Amino acid sequence: METKQMKNEDIKQFIVVKFGHEQYGINIQIVQNIVRMPNITRVPNAPAYIKGVINLRGEIIPVMSVRVKFELEEDQFTHATRIIIVKVDGNAIGLIVDEVLEVIQLSEAQIEKIVSDADDEKSKYVYAVGKVGEELVTLLNVGSIIGVEE
Amino acid sequence: MDVSQYLEIFIEEAKEHLQNLNEALLEMEKSDDNKDLVNEIFRVAHTLKGMAATMGFKKMTVLTHDMENVLSEIRNGKINISAELLDVLFQCLDALEQYIDQIIETGTEGDKTNQPIIDRLNLILEGKDAKASQEDEKPSESENSQEPQAEALKDDQETIKRKHKMLSFNEFEKNAILKAQEESYNVYGITIVISESCVLKSARAFIIFRTLEGLGQIIKSHPSVQDIEDEKFDLDFSVFLISSESQDKFLKELNSIAEVEEVYVDEIHLEGTVQNFEAKEHKAQEGEQEEDQDVKPSKEKADNKGQAPTKPKANRTVRVDIERLDNLMNLVSELIIVKNGLETVENNNQNMNEQIEYLERITTNLHDAVMKVRMVPVERVFNRFPRLVRDLARKLNKNLELHMSGEETELDRTVIDEIGDPLVHLIRNACDHGQEMPAERKNSGKSEIGNVYLDAYQDGNNVVIEVADDGNGIDVEKVKAKALNNGTITRDQADAMSDQDIVELLFKPSFSTADQISDVSGRGVGLDVVKTKIEALGGDIEVKTKLGKGSKFIIRLPLTLAIIQALMVRLEDEKYAIPLNTIQNIEDVKVSDIKYIQNQEVINLRGHVIPIIRLDGLLGIERERTEESMTVVIVNKGDKQAGFVVDGLIGQQEIVIKTLGKYLTNIKLIAGATILGDGEVALILDVNSLV
Repeated sequence: METKQMKNEDIKQFIVVKFGHEQYGINIQIVQNIVRMPNITRVPNAPAYIKGVINLRGEIIPVMSVRVKFELEEDQFTHATRIIIVKVDGNAIGLIVDEVLEVIQLSEAQIEKIVSDADDEKSKYVYAVGKVGEELVTLLNVGSIIGVEE
Repeated sequence: MDVSQYLEIFIEEAKEHLQNLNEALLEMEKSDDNKDLVNEIFRVAHTLKGMAATMGFKKMTVLTHDMENVLSEIRNGKINISAELLDVLFQCLDALEQYIDQIIETGTEGDKTNQPIIDRLNLILEGKDAKASQEDEKPSESENSQEPQAEALKDDQETIKRKHKMLSFNEFEKNAILKAQEESYNVYGITIVISESCVLKSARAFIIFRTLEGLGQIIKSHPSVQDIEDEKFDLDFSVFLISSESQDKFLKELNSIAEVEEVYVDEIHLEGTVQNFEAKEHKAQEGEQEEDQDVKPSKEKADNKGQAPTKPKANRTVRVDIERLDNLMNLVSELIIVKNGLETVENNNQNMNEQIEYLERITTNLHDAVMKVRMVPVERVFNRFPRLVRDLARKLNKNLELHMSGEETELDRTVIDEIGDPLVHLIRNACDHGQEMPAERKNSGKSEIGNVYLDAYQDGNNVVIEVADDGNGIDVEKVKAKALNNGTITRDQADAMSDQDIVELLFKPSFSTADQISDVSGRGVGLDVVKTKIEALGGDIEVKTKLGKGSKFIIRLPLTLAIIQALMVRLEDEKYAIPLNTIQNIEDVKVSDIKYIQNQEVINLRGHVIPIIRLDGLLGIERERTEESMTVVIVNKGDKQAGFVVDGLIGQQEIVIKTLGKYLTNIKLIAGATILGDGEVALILDVNSLV
C-alpha cells in the first residue's frame, strides 16, 4: 500500500535536516547523495559561502555553507555534520548541514506555501512550510540558495 | 533503401574528396595545362556524383554532373582552362561544401539549387566565355548575352525566335533524347512566347506546362522551372519534351491557350548512340532531373514543404588509424589481466608491488595511446588556408604566396577544432594589413610577391604555430599614438613602455573597438578575441615585429588538455599544482636579495630582473613571514618571467585536469583542480593569469 501511496503525485518526499534548532526540508528528487564530512580543499577568492571543493568519487564538487548563506553563525563540524549533494540543472553542489534527521512524506494538504517577501533576501530561500503532526518543517528552495532556479 | 546509416561515412568521404578537389584546383591555378590534375578533378567530381546519387542528394548530383560535363570537355581539349573557369569551379566547390555542411546540420541537402552556378557551367559547355556571363544571375540577362551569337547565324531572325535551337543538352539529357529516338518517340523543342499584356506570366506558364505534360514528358526547360515559377523570364521560354503526339497537335493545343502569342515547334534529332555505361546511374538521374527541374511548379513547392527536417543530425566522427585502436585494445586487455592479478594477490607485499608496477606501466601506456587516438595532424586546419590566401590575394589585388610547413604536427582534436578561427583571423590580418600593396613593396626594394608563412612544430610539451609575413611590420609609434588617443594608456605610461609592451597593447580589447583602425595598420581588430580563445585552450600568443621587415605571431598550445605533468608545491598546509611546461627553474633566494622596482618586489637572477609573486598573499593564506630564504619557482609565459614564492616542493607528478564546475567559473588564478593519490583535491595554478 505504501509504495502505491508514494507513487501518488500529491505525496512529496523530503529529507529533513537541522541547522541549530530549526528543521528544514529538502526535496529528495534533487538529492544525489549524503556524505560524511571529507577534507575540503579551500578555493582562494571564492565567495565566503563556498567552503571549497571535495572529491566525490573522482568528481570535483563545490561545497557550500548554508549557514553562511543564511547569515547564521559559522558551521561547527561535529560527527553529525553531513554534506548533502544536490544536483540542479546538471550541476552538482554540496550543502553542509548540522545533522540529517529523517525522510518524511508530505501530501499537498500538509504543505503550506509561503508568499515570499520581496524585501527580505532570506525569505526567497524558503518556499513553504510542511506540517508533520505537531512539528513544522521549513521547506527550502534549493535552486535559489545555490543561485539557479529550481 | 534507408541510407541514413551510411550518412556519416558519406560525410567523412565527401569531405576528403572536397579537400582533394580544393588542392587540385589550387594546383591547377599555378600550373595550367596539367592533364593529371584535370583527371584528378574529374575523378573527384564523378565519385561525388555517384555518392550523392546513392544517398539521394539530388541537387548535389545535378551540380557534380554538370561539373563533370565541363571537366570532360577540358579533358578532351575542347575547353581551355582560364581564370574565369577556375572561379566557377571554385564556386562549385563552395556550393558542394555548403551542401555537406547542410547535410551535417540537418541530414538533408537543403533547398538551394545553385542554379546560377549550373547555368554558368552550361554556358561554358556551350563554348561561351564564362566571364561574359559572370553577372547574369538572372536568366533574362542570359538571354541577352546569347543574342550576339545568334546574330552570327544565317537565319538569325528565325533562330532568335526559335530559342530552343540555341540550347545545348548535357550528357544525360542527350541520353534521354537518344533513347526516345531509339524507341521511335518524337522529341520536340518548343519555344513559347507569351503576349505582352499577360498579367501573371508564371500562372500562364504553369498552365502551359500542364498542357505539355498531358502530351508528353518534359526533359528540359529554359529557364528552369524554378525561375519560371518566380517569373524570372521575359516573355518566352523553351521546353524540350518527348512525345508520341504530332507536331501539329502541339501547335493546336498550345495556341488554344489564351495569351500565348506565338509557338515554335521543331523536331529534334540527335546523332549518336545511347551511352550504356553507367546506364543505371543515368536513369536515376533522369528521374531526378525531372523532379528537380521540370516538375510542375506547384508540385515542386509541395515537395519542398513536405521535406520536414526529420532526418537525424549526423554525429561528429573521427577517423582513427586502426593500429592505434589495436594498441588501445591490447592495453585494455592487459589492464584486465592486472585487475585479475590484483584480485588474487593475498597480502603478499612482494606480489602486490609487482602488480602495482605492472599497473603503473599500463596506465602510462594507456594514457599515451588514448592521447594518440585523439591526436590529429594540423593539416586538417591548415588545408583550408591556401584557398583563403588565394581568395584574399584576388580580392586585395596583391600578389601573395603562402608557405606552409609542419602540417604533419599533431594536436589534440579539441584544440584542432578551436584553433581554426584564430588562425583565419591572423592570416587575414597578415594578408590584409601586414602586406603592403605590390607597388609599395617594389618601392621599398622588396619583391612584388608578398610572402605569408604558416609553420607548425612541436617544442617539448607544446605545439607552436607561427603566422608570419614579410610585410611592413607594426608601426610602434602609430600604435602608441592610437593608445594615447583613446585613453588606453597615459603619457607617463607610454614613456615607460618598451616597444614590445606597446605592441602587446594590440591584444587589449579596447583596441578592437576603435573604428579607424587602419590608422594603426589595422593590427588590432579582434586580436583580443584571438588571444582569449588561445588562452582558453591553455596556450598563449605573442607577437614579434620589425618595422619594414614584417611581423610574426607565435601561438603556443599544450599538446593535450586533459593530462599534464605538474610540479606540486606546498603553501602552509595547502597543495597546489604548477604545470611543468611553464616552469623554467627553481631557485633558493635570500630575502635580503629582494629589490624593489616601482614598489614591486624583484630579484636579479643572473642578470635577469624577475618580478616576485607572493602566492600566499594572492591566494589568501594569512601568516607571518619570518623566513630568511625562500623557494622561488621561476615560470615563464611567452617571453615574460616571474617567480612564485612557495613554502616547499612536493615533487613532479602526472595530473588529470578537472574543471571546478559551473559554480566556480569566475575564480581567477585557478585553472582547475586535480585529485591526488590520497583522494585529496589540489588546485592547479593558472600561470597565465598570475604572470
